[in-house]
Amino acid sequence: MEEKMGKILIEERQLVVPGEELAEGMDNLPGEGAFREDDKILSLKVGLAHIDNRLLKVVPLGGKYLPKDGDTIVGKVVDIGMYGWRVDFGWPFFATIPLRDGSREFIPNGADLRQYYTFGDYVACKITKVVGSKIIDASMKVPGTRKLSNGRLIKVQPTRVPRIIGKQGSMISLIKEHTDCFIVVGQNGYVWISGGEPDKQLLAVKAIRQVEKEAHGEGLTDKISEFLKKESK
Amino acid sequence: MTYAKRFDGRKFDEIRPMEAKVGIIKRATGSAMFKMGNTIAIAAVYGPRDVFPSFLQNPSRGLLRCHYDMMSFSVTERKRPGPTRRSNEISRVTESALFPVVDLSKFGNTGFDIYVNILQADAGTRTAGINAAALALADAGAPMKDLVCSVAVGKVGDKICVDLTKEEEDYKDGATDLPIAVLPRSGKITLLQMDGNMTQKEIKEALEMGKKAVQSIKKLQVKALKDKYKGAGK
Repeated sequence: MEEKMGKILIEERQLVVPGEELAEGMDNLPGEGAFREDDKILSLKVGLAHIDNRLLKVVPLGGKYLPKDGDTIVGKVVDIGMYGWRVDFGWPFFATIPLRDGSREFIPNGADLRQYYTFGDYVACKITKVVGSKIIDASMKVPGTRKLSNGRLIKVQPTRVPRIIGKQGSMISLIKEHTDCFIVVGQNGYVWISGGEPDKQLLAVKAIRQVEKEAHGEGLTDKISEFLKKESK
Repeated sequence: MTYAKRFDGRKFDEIRPMEAKVGIIKRATGSAMFKMGNTIAIAAVYGPRDVFPSFLQNPSRGLLRCHYDMMSFSVTERKRPGPTRRSNEISRVTESALFPVVDLSKFGNTGFDIYVNILQADAGTRTAGINAAALALADAGAPMKDLVCSVAVGKVGDKICVDLTKEEEDYKDGATDLPIAVLPRSGKITLLQMDGNMTQKEIKEALEMGKKAVQSIKKLQVKALKDKYKGAGK
């Protein structure tokens, strides 16, 4: 006997709230931000629903950053021990950069770890392993990680980060292009801006704040492009 | 004399005019206001954050902690600020009313702190508080399997009513107050308290009325949550 095919009850990018039905039938699957109850798939969060064939996801619109494997984060070195460095990145517990993942260079036995990153330094590192909320390992060895110096840090809402980066980095490269600044966006909502003229840095901050404010509007890239052209004259 | 007509002219199964708003407190992770007639509750959620004292931390599951308080100016006679026997009890029942819907398995060692404050009290403050807290939790991005809707039912004189006011609670021939919290999707009850006397039959009737009334609260909560992100998505 053939089972009845499931039905998807929402559209792509529809705003949903907790407990809202996304789909029916056992042939659909719950992704992140969704769960199954009997033969229904329901939302866990306030967010935008995404349909990926038979996988239903909800991307949250609010709330704090939750650490995830493979995310690049920006954080501050707050502790140095025998094990390596500890990084504060806006989560209740610190991430650990173990000695063996501390640098692309070779770290000799008994080296002064402050020569690499000292207290108060900011780093862009990559999360390699999330075991629990207290055990988060990060690495400085993989591409895209670096020590950050001579710049300014701004904190944005973590749920706006995908919009600040844009599709294939279109938004962030637009801002970089107009301001000649070096910008690192951490998935945790920490943005590091350095290089360029001081007033250009401020312009970059303004543009990022604008993106954060109007994150849900349509045609945002054009709007920001116009804004940057007007302001940089 | 029977209680033939309600003091404010409502029908017996009608809720007071309600209002809800999400995102009212800037520095909180999530926040909401819920108004039922003259009762106004605000709720703020902070978290996930570190739990103190640390022996309360649970590595396998996050903590949900609620702090309910009435503002000193919320009642006619000044309420002395700070926790009381009553506010401690309401904090605990609010926690247990919300706990079944929140999935905290990914938040080990951390906790969500909910602060519920009553700005203006006219009976049903714990129900307004739970409605506001559920909205604030959803706004804070906590994974929730459902919303929680709460309303008081009860008996005024000899009539079963929904959403009693203070005037009705103090009715001269006696009144019973029965606050409930319901998960709107399944109809499961997560809060059930009673102050007064009712027969089994009356309680059943009151619960049915309450469950019906809760649907309009859910509609308003959904609207409030969606209004915050107007223009987002489709």
